[in-house]
Amino acid sequence: MAKLASALVSRLVIIIPYAWLLFFFLIPFFIVFRISLSQTAVAMPPYMPVFDLAGGLSGIMEKLGEFSLDNYVWLTEDVLYFNAYVSSVVIAAISTFLTLLIGYPIAYGMAKAPRSLRPTLLMMVILPFWTSFLIRVYAWIAILKPEGLLNQFLSAVGLIDQPLIILNTNAAIYIGIVYSYLPFMVLPIYSALEKMDHSLTEAAQDLGCTPAAAFWRVTFPLSLPGVVAGCLLVFIPAVGEFVIPDLLGGSETLMIGKTLWSEFNSNRDWPVSSAVAIILLMILVIPIVYFQNIQAKADDEGR
Amino acid sequence: MEKWSRFNIASVVLGFGFLYLPIVLLVIFSFNESKLVTVWAGFSTKWYTQLWHNQGLLDAAWVTIRVALLSATCATVLGTLAALALVRYTRFRGRVLFSGMVYAPLVMPEVITGLSLLLLFVAIGFDRGFWTITLAHITFTMCFVAVVVQSRLLSFDQSIEEAALDLGATPVTTFFAITLPVIAPAVFSGWILAFTLSLDDLVISSFTTGPGATTLPMKIYSQVRLGVTPEINAICTILIGIVALGVIVASIVTKRREVQREKDERAAFAAIG
Repeated sequence: MAKLASALVSRLVIIIPYAWLLFFFLIPFFIVFRISLSQTAVAMPPYMPVFDLAGGLSGIMEKLGEFSLDNYVWLTEDVLYFNAYVSSVVIAAISTFLTLLIGYPIAYGMAKAPRSLRPTLLMMVILPFWTSFLIRVYAWIAILKPEGLLNQFLSAVGLIDQPLIILNTNAAIYIGIVYSYLPFMVLPIYSALEKMDHSLTEAAQDLGCTPAAAFWRVTFPLSLPGVVAGCLLVFIPAVGEFVIPDLLGGSETLMIGKTLWSEFNSNRDWPVSSAVAIILLMILVIPIVYFQNIQAKADDEGR
Repeated sequence: MEKWSRFNIASVVLGFGFLYLPIVLLVIFSFNESKLVTVWAGFSTKWYTQLWHNQGLLDAAWVTIRVALLSATCATVLGTLAALALVRYTRFRGRVLFSGMVYAPLVMPEVITGLSLLLLFVAIGFDRGFWTITLAHITFTMCFVAVVVQSRLLSFDQSIEEAALDLGATPVTTFFAITLPVIAPAVFSGWILAFTLSLDDLVISSFTTGPGATTLPMKIYSQVRLGVTPEINAICTILIGIVALGVIVASIVTKRREVQREKDERAAFAAIG
């Protein structure tokens, strides 16, 4: 009896979260896929149902005939979407690189800090992550505006005569992404560097490596798992970013998250926005699966 | 041991300056007398008093807090279960899919999660509003809880659990008497994380909301689009204050509990030995 109960409990531990995620995470993707194949209709909900189980098997067969790739054809015909995908990936890649460039020295400095100071530093990197994303992006508007604080400062110091135009350009998007996602880059690199055995770099230097060579040939390769995890944590969400390009970017900046949002909210074209989402997911599926594998491997090592 | 070089110190200080300066400026300008957020005109708290009379904003804040409390609590239960499933059961059918579904939402662009949840709610005919936002928030925050709790479970000494089971405790008793007290700090910080993620969310809420359920971030977003005002700075400052206070209190509490726990564990082992 007790055995039976414990078997039941262990089943439930798995089944409850499993069922939740299946229903609220996986199944919705199939619905998005299904709707991306349906026709736009002027109704609420604004699409023609493709599947209707009420019609029975013959009904399903009949409906299968109504599947259409029209929305996808539409996406390939309009160059706007193609450009939006390309520029999202490019902007995300450049921002990820910049985040790495800024985040690595911070993580390195933290890992080198006196042991007693490290928990506080760690806490300070995590803290901005807890404060609102929207607020942190919003804070940059007042700084980057033509009459904003950065321009006031620079002209007061005498570095510029004309205000720099940063807000509503791609530069502002880079700043926004680097700023918002910096903790995601710093944390995995820090944890990789902190675990590292310092005697390795000392050995390399004893054997005649310059400090720079020791860094590139020993330290950096050993921190690579952290670098990869950090880059994925920044790159993947940045491709679909909506808030940052919307608030900091200009009207000519195309990013697919913004396109999807306006397709959905302004044009009310649910089938086309579903198709946009499906293609975005297809672009991201390789990095996402790669990220999952790294995570799963890290868990097995931790066991 | 290598020294903390000047370069190291400079990069940490500059990095932290970059992280904190915008927030500090935002807080300072919430106390600005002038309506302009970029020109200082003297200290004033009038924007805070004005907030108090903005009924729409207060309503939105109330909705947001209710959603966050409810969704964080449910997400903590589900996320803890998911973490247990991942760590304790290394072999079950569909484990790869399960771990995939736990990790994918961590990086999934919010527009995709939001759209797909909305289409689910429409497909099953669920009226959109408070409950759909809450369900959506539970779904994406439970994965963050799972990751936080999982890392604590991995460093957990399983022999204590096994001892309890050998002594005849049921798995449920063992969980509540042994496992939960040990992982409690992680479960607690998972709850705080879920709470702040929910408090903060704009994109997923906007997709899954319905008439009558406007959250604070949605309200802030619609006002930001019209321009930057000290009033928004004031709301943001209050939110930052609440979160910072919560995080600091939480970290002090968990630190104390961990120290206490370690002491207890050592004492217990000493008593056995």
